[in-house]
Amino acid sequence: MTTLHDTVFEAQLARRRLKGRLFELVALIAITIALTSLALLFLDVLYDGLGRLNWQFLTSYPSRRASRAGFLPAIVGSIYMVGLMVLFAFPVGVGAAIYLEEYAPKNWLTDLIQINIANLAGVPSIIYGLLGLEFFARVLGAWTGGRSLLTGALTMALLVMPIVIISAREAIRAVPNSIRLAAIGLGATRWQVVRDHVLPYAMPGILTGTILAVSRAIGETAPLITIGALTYVAFLPDGLRSQFTVMPIQIFNWISRPQSAFHENAAAGIIVLLAILLSMNALAVFLRYRFEQRLKG
Amino acid sequence: MKPKHVDMPKNEEIVLQAEEVGLHYGPKEALRDVWLYVPKHKITALIGPSGCGKSTLLRCFNRMNDLIPDVRISGRITYHGEDLYADDVDPVEVRRRIGMVFQKPNPFPKSIYENIAWGARINGYKGNMDELVERSLRQAALWDEVKDRLHSSALALSGGQQQRLCIARTIAIEPEVILMDEPASALDPIATLKIEDLMQELKQNYTILIVTHNMQQAARVSDYTAMMMLSDDRKAGTVIEFGPTEQIFTRPRDQRTEDYITGRFG
Repeated sequence: MTTLHDTVFEAQLARRRLKGRLFELVALIAITIALTSLALLFLDVLYDGLGRLNWQFLTSYPSRRASRAGFLPAIVGSIYMVGLMVLFAFPVGVGAAIYLEEYAPKNWLTDLIQINIANLAGVPSIIYGLLGLEFFARVLGAWTGGRSLLTGALTMALLVMPIVIISAREAIRAVPNSIRLAAIGLGATRWQVVRDHVLPYAMPGILTGTILAVSRAIGETAPLITIGALTYVAFLPDGLRSQFTVMPIQIFNWISRPQSAFHENAAAGIIVLLAILLSMNALAVFLRYRFEQRLKG
Repeated sequence: MKPKHVDMPKNEEIVLQAEEVGLHYGPKEALRDVWLYVPKHKITALIGPSGCGKSTLLRCFNRMNDLIPDVRISGRITYHGEDLYADDVDPVEVRRRIGMVFQKPNPFPKSIYENIAWGARINGYKGNMDELVERSLRQAALWDEVKDRLHSSALALSGGQQQRLCIARTIAIEPEVILMDEPASALDPIATLKIEDLMQELKQNYTILIVTHNMQQAARVSDYTAMMMLSDDRKAGTVIEFGPTEQIFTRPRDQRTEDYITGRFG
């Protein structure tokens, strides 16, 4: 037995190595299952829907006949609704995050608020739908126009607000305190520090959170069905108080028809939904990159 | 009561003055019965062992401690005889007159030009910005090194250059006093020397109060020195001796000062 060939140790080492290999294998199987099932789903949708995807599909209104039905009101409705939602959720969410991080005293009340914002992010979306139906569509119906685009956007804004607030807070918290102190030491007011240093520095993180929120909202169906977005819309929204539909609702509607031609429409709709979602994510990555470059100078 | 080895400097105009200053962080006492005089156009050094409250005292003079919740300050701190903590004094105005350079260089993640222009702009500077940027960089002995890349990022500068940029940024808002919290402790000896030379230039126009761990540095650069130490019950820091630097280092009156500067302390 030499120093570098201890048989007892070597036998033990072989067992340790084997355990390591086994764990590696388990992890590999896990990721294979996850990726393959996703890829299969995606391929299945492509196989069913690609043939149906054409200009007519993108520019037509729904129809009783599957071959003449189109996705246009749903696409436009989704884009309008998400755009409006960002208009409401971004300033309010980022404003709340700035207040909580930069102004609010740290005490039990702000702790309680923080915990509850995290809880709100986990509330099932149908609950938000019920809230939207009662408050925005009925109580405020005179202003929102009832089951309208505005009601949908406000409800969705409430739904994604916790995501926006939490991610904006994380981003603001990641701003080095030395930058705040430097600015305050130069005689800056709180607002000047926030406007010129904290917000630009936190912007990539805030944008990422907002895009996550948009991605979540664009696929949401339940709260919109609850507030009464239509399933058969043969017109484009012409104002905030107009009735509307969105992509997931239209897809759901087509899938629940018995005719298989409508199922092809649904598959094509899913492809469009995914494409829009991915382009929005790409835009977010791009914006984030641009802001980060600007910080590096 | 004023400690017996702290004397008001003779024949000097006093800019900042601390009388019987005490400071608590919540229940924790950090400073007790501090007396200090900062004479105009002189460099005053605060020396003493770690944790004796040097930085805490420094931050009292530009009300930086206001940012920490639960801080209570007692006693009187005056600027040209005016109480810095009077109800009608806005801390933002205090910091505009009494600038600060931090221990670690902390330039903004923006261009060199913008680092200097920002402070001036928010303080309502209306003159020629290019001139102000050049003048500030020249005063901070940085102009020749950066004049060709004013619009590139300040983060690309070396540590020593960043610290001189932070000094230039402070000068640009034309304060009367510059507080420096161990400005060279994160720098190498050459960069440190440059900062020290710069301080000698600056004291012709500015009053400087500097915290330093480095006693040679205090002896080299300062005109007056305040020796800080924990009180006898070791709970709070205080100034035990203050006087001309030469006197503190050659004829200290307090035994603890002598022990500390000759390296026999603790």
